[in-house]
Amino acid sequence: MSLLLPDSGLLFWMLLSFGIVAFILVKYGFQVIIKMVESRKTYIDESLLVAKQAYEQMAVVKAQGEVIVEDARREQVKIMNDAAQTRDLLIKDAKEKAGLEAVKLIEEARKQILIEKEDAIRDIRRQVAELSVDIAEKVLRGQLEKKDEQMDMINRLLDEINISKS
Amino acid sequence: MSSFHKIISFIVISLFLLASPVSANAPASATAPEKESFDVKSFILEHVGDSYTWHVTKWGDTEMSVPLPIIVYSHTTGWHVFLSSVFHEKTEYEGLSIAADGKNKGKIVEKDAAGNEIRPFDISITKVAFALLFNSLLLIIIIMAVARSYKKDSFESKKGFVGFMELFIMNINDEVIKPGIGKDYKRYATYLLTVFFFVFINNLMGLIPIFPGGANVTGNIAITFVLAIITFIIVNLSGSKEYWKEILWPEVPLWLKAPIPIMPVIEIVGIFTKPFALMIRLFANMIAGHSIVLGLTCLIFVTVSMGQAMNTSMTVVSVIMTLFINIVELLVAYIQAYIFTMLSAVFIGLARIEPHHVPEKVKE
Repeated sequence: MSLLLPDSGLLFWMLLSFGIVAFILVKYGFQVIIKMVESRKTYIDESLLVAKQAYEQMAVVKAQGEVIVEDARREQVKIMNDAAQTRDLLIKDAKEKAGLEAVKLIEEARKQILIEKEDAIRDIRRQVAELSVDIAEKVLRGQLEKKDEQMDMINRLLDEINISKS
Repeated sequence: MSSFHKIISFIVISLFLLASPVSANAPASATAPEKESFDVKSFILEHVGDSYTWHVTKWGDTEMSVPLPIIVYSHTTGWHVFLSSVFHEKTEYEGLSIAADGKNKGKIVEKDAAGNEIRPFDISITKVAFALLFNSLLLIIIIMAVARSYKKDSFESKKGFVGFMELFIMNINDEVIKPGIGKDYKRYATYLLTVFFFVFINNLMGLIPIFPGGANVTGNIAITFVLAIITFIIVNLSGSKEYWKEILWPEVPLWLKAPIPIMPVIEIVGIFTKPFALMIRLFANMIAGHSIVLGLTCLIFVTVSMGQAMNTSMTVVSVIMTLFINIVELLVAYIQAYIFTMLSAVFIGLARIEPHHVPEKVKE
C-alpha cells in the first residue's frame, strides 16, 4: 500500500526539481530551440520562394533571349538574302553596262575603220590620178619632141574644141 | 535496477557453485537450499520502492552502497541532517530510527512522549530523490547544450547529437503537441516538451543498471502525482467558456441535468479521472516493467533449491527473458513519455473547445 501513497519528502523534491527544470527548459531551452528551428524554417521557405521566383524569371529571360536570337537569325538570313540579291543585281548591271560599252566601242572602231578605209581609197585614187597624169605627161612629152607633131597636136585639139562648140 | 540484478545474479550463482561443491554435487540435501531461499515479494518491493541508502552490491561481507543525506525536522528535537551510513552500525541515531515494520516500514521514525512511533517531517534525499535530482540536472545540461548551439549559429543545419535532438524535439512538437492542442499550441508546447523529456529521461535512466541510473523514479507515485496535478491545473485554467458549460450544463435532455444533476456530476468526476488516469498509467507501467525484470531475475534464486541442472537452465532462460524485457522496456520508456505528453495535450485541447452545435442551441 505504501507504493500508492505519495511520500511527502519526495513530493517536495519533485516539486522543487521539476519546477526548476520546467522553468529553465521552458524559458531558455525549448523556447530558444523552437524559435530558432522555426525561424530557420521560414528562412528556408523564403529562400526557396525567392529561388523559385528567380528560376521563373530566368526562364522568362531565357525565353526572351531565345526569341531575340531567333529574330536575329531570321534577320541575318534576310540580310544575307538581300546582300546576295544586290550582288547579283550589281553583277548583272555591270555585265550589261560592260556589254553596251563594248558594243559602242566596237561600233566606233568600225566607223573609224570605214573612215580610214575611205581615206585610204581616196588617197590611192589621188595617187593613181597623179601617177596617170605624170605618165601621160611623160608620154606626151616624148611624143611632142618634134615640131610638126606639136603643131598637129595643137590643131587637133583646136578642132576638138571647135567641134564641141558647134 | 533490473539488469543490475541480472549481473549480480551471475556473480552470486557462480559463487554458489564454487563455494559449495558438496551441495552442488549432492542436490538431495535439502538443508542448504532452505537456508538460501528468499522472499521474492519483499525483494521486488524493496527494489522498486524508495530507500535511504543506495545499495549497489554486497561483495563478500562488505555492503557496497552510496550513503545519502537524511534531512528531517522533528517537532520536538528540531532539524537533523546526517548521512544514512550511520544506520549501518547502529539502529538509532539522535532519537531517530528506520521502522522495521508496521505502517511506516522503511521510513525514518521517532518516538513521541507516549512512546508511539511518529514520522517527523522528512525531506531526506532518498534514492528516488537523488536519482530525480541527478536526472533533472542531466536533462538541463543536455537541453541547454542543444539550445546553446543554436545561439552560436542559428541558420546552420545541425549534425550529430544536436541534429538528432532537434529532430526528436520537433517531432514531438509537430506530431504530438500540435495536433493534440490545435491552434495556440505554442503557449503549451514548451511545457509539454519539458514533460516529455523529463519523463523520458527518467524512464531511460531507470533502465541503466549501474549507480546513477536504475532508480524507479517514474514508477513512484509521488512523481507521477506531481506531473498529473500540474497537467490538471493547466487543463482547468485554460478551460474555455464552452468547456465549463459542457460540464455544468451539457446539451442533454433536461431530465438528465435537473432536478438531479446526473450529467454534471459525471462530467465533474471526469475532470478528476483524466489526470488520475495519467498518474496511474505512468506509475503502473514503469513499476510493472521493473517488477517483471526483477521477477525474472528471481527465477535464478528460486530455482537454486531445485538442483543444479534446473538452476542452470533457468539461469539461461532468465537471462534471455530479462534481456528481451529490457528491450521491451526501452520501447515502453518512449511510449509512456509519448502517451503522457499526448494525453496532456489532448486534455488541454479538449478544454479549449470553441462553441459548436450552433443550430441546436438556437433550437433550445
